[in-house]
Amino acid sequence: MPRIGVFVCQCGNNIAATVDTKKVAEEMAKIPGVVYTCDYKFMCSSPGQETLKQAIKENNLDGIIVSACSPHMHEKTFRKASEAAGLNPYQCEITNIREQCSWVHHDKTKATGTVKSVDLTRMTIQRLKKNQPLKKIKIPVKKKALVIGGGIAGIQAALDIAEGGREVILVEKEPSIGGNMARLSETFPTMDCSQCILTPKMVEAELNENITLYTYSEVEKVDGYIGNFTVTVRRKSKYVDEERCTGCGECMEKCPFKVESAFELGLSKRKVIYTPFPQAVPNIPVIDAPNCPKIQKDKCGACAIVCGPKCIDFKMEDRLETVEVGAIVVATGYQLMPNERFGEYGYGRIKDVISGLQFERLASSSGPTGGEIRRPSDGKVPESVVFIQCVGSRDEKKGVSYCSKICCMYTAKHTKLYSHKVHGGQSYVFYMDIRSGGKRYEEFVRGAIEHDGAMYLRGRVSRVYEKNGKIIVQGADTLSGSQVEIEADMVVLATAIVSREGADGLAQRLGIGYDKHRFYNEYHPKLKPVETVTAGIYLAGSCMGPMDIPDSVAQGSAAASKVLALFSADEMAREPITALVNKVTCNACWDCLTACPYTAIEREAIKDRKGNIVRWVARVNDGVCQGCGVCVAACRSKSIDLKGYTDEQVFAAINAF
Amino acid sequence: MKITLSNADVQSKGVARVERLSGEDLKKCYQCGNCSAGCPVSYAMEIPPTRVMRMLQLGKLDEVKAANSMWLCVGCLQCYSRCPKGCSVAAVLEAMRQDALREGADRVEVKDLPMPLLKKAPQQAIVCGFRKFVS
Repeated sequence: MPRIGVFVCQCGNNIAATVDTKKVAEEMAKIPGVVYTCDYKFMCSSPGQETLKQAIKENNLDGIIVSACSPHMHEKTFRKASEAAGLNPYQCEITNIREQCSWVHHDKTKATGTVKSVDLTRMTIQRLKKNQPLKKIKIPVKKKALVIGGGIAGIQAALDIAEGGREVILVEKEPSIGGNMARLSETFPTMDCSQCILTPKMVEAELNENITLYTYSEVEKVDGYIGNFTVTVRRKSKYVDEERCTGCGECMEKCPFKVESAFELGLSKRKVIYTPFPQAVPNIPVIDAPNCPKIQKDKCGACAIVCGPKCIDFKMEDRLETVEVGAIVVATGYQLMPNERFGEYGYGRIKDVISGLQFERLASSSGPTGGEIRRPSDGKVPESVVFIQCVGSRDEKKGVSYCSKICCMYTAKHTKLYSHKVHGGQSYVFYMDIRSGGKRYEEFVRGAIEHDGAMYLRGRVSRVYEKNGKIIVQGADTLSGSQVEIEADMVVLATAIVSREGADGLAQRLGIGYDKHRFYNEYHPKLKPVETVTAGIYLAGSCMGPMDIPDSVAQGSAAASKVLALFSADEMAREPITALVNKVTCNACWDCLTACPYTAIEREAIKDRKGNIVRWVARVNDGVCQGCGVCVAACRSKSIDLKGYTDEQVFAAINAF
Repeated sequence: MKITLSNADVQSKGVARVERLSGEDLKKCYQCGNCSAGCPVSYAMEIPPTRVMRMLQLGKLDEVKAANSMWLCVGCLQCYSRCPKGCSVAAVLEAMRQDALREGADRVEVKDLPMPLLKKAPQQAIVCGFRKFVS
């Protein structure tokens, strides 16, 4: 016979106002197996917990029910108290008699709340009788992390994990780390030069003993689960031996072929053997194979001839490398929406209509113009520049519904940079709203208007066209209620920020969620902002949505702290609420495998004594299973049960109603 | 209304003169509308105070001059007391009145003006004329 204790909480007046808690306790005492009952003002208070512990010890209870608030609130509290009193914590069950019971009834005299509480508690008692004591799952943890993406968020995460004394592999698909931030000229709101604050971090990442850089590499495959991931990384062929290359740059100088530079966004050309920018980390060139005549047609080979240490190998092939890590930080960043989609702004048709990121390159001292603002068509210094905000952002029809968040700020920065570099020049900004929420951000924008003289016009632009060597911008200023026409020398589009191409594919390989814009989903938008639904995989930066540098850095550090916390113990403990397959009845239909959103279900071979495979069954990986129960519902042969929520338990509760 | 906007408009010398005379920085205005909201005569103005500030930011001095707004302002300074940016539209309009009166001559002697004109002139114009001696 079980020995069950029932504790009914009054929750001050929250429950007691409409539920007769004493009556509930008395009714419960009549049920066979219940040996102790009481009601108390606040069960969650310290004296309340003491009462509970004492009752367990004195009455030798083997299971308890706390009829109180939602298990979301205090299940942990009471399970901890039970454990302290020597009871298996999963032998403690909560009946919620507050949220959907006492709070929704109004009259104690009618006793509807009391009757419902009695019913609910009785059901939980019958359920508890079928409970099995459960043990937390212990998983060994490999104390090495993988960071995907070498932008500022990924670099920060890698540095922080390395600082914490753990090994990190930083994977970057470009030949150098640095990401989009390496392209920026100066950064808002303090106007420090992007390179000056970024390159020390890049160099630190290269020199840190705990960090291994895998540049020009991409993640191909991810297996395993929290603490035990096996990741296959494709290390694209650089055609240059990284070990021997000294980074002298002779090869780049002698290479006779030039193509458009992707890093410079088409504003200048680069050699076919190249590093994306002078401060590249690592400072090792790669050969752009599709454009290299030696590799394509066996002609030229100038780079190999001049290379002192003879480290160029035209026959080099991609390598697949497998790494074992305990945690993964995803920081793959963003890209801009293709501007060509907006024909009215003339991008691609008019040479001097450029994107915000291209303007960054023009303003950057390491950019194609050496930091002078010169328009791409004829190199003339523009006397008037029109900036158009919300190109694609907040545009449900042709673009995206969301706000790209950083454009208001960087456009204000652009007008400042322009007014500092071109004296007497005039900038015009077409905007819909100025969104400058952030420390010192609003002051920054006002500074651009009040001190640096940017002319802000509230309205969109409907047309941009060329006339007599000028760019005519036709827009509106809703503040004066007028149609506005401006003759400009250059137009800069603040294009919408979108997720990286291939973001969805990577998410599928990782088993993490993404929204309709292919931005990765955090576990909880407020309380778990860097976690994903897949345990052990964390997010940082603008792969989650448009984000500025301070936020990206903060998230990189936040993700690193999560990784370090995971690595702080040799084993990690997880809730044992996981699915369990009955191997005898499982008929291997694999419905569970397709239903599982966490890829927690594996195929297990049942072998005879000789080692021959007799049949296949499903197996649940406890490290991955989140206990959602989808497989239980999907299983046709009813071979899967959720520990702590078994069919037996649930039916016992229903039958007790 | 359609306007063409050029560097000369935005960096207008006329507007700079109004700024100098009034001591106000027109760029500070962010068009919240509080001046128009509180102005006791804005209902009768052809261009309400907020719009006056906007038109001047756009360098459209002539449009504002052509409107009755500056002659209707009674100088109660409600706009100034409510403005979150500390701008005084009253001071700007006063500067515009001075500017308008100066156009004919450098100084205006109210006592020399013919009586029929004085009878027809807005009250604020006469007040402004006196103000000229100390401005």
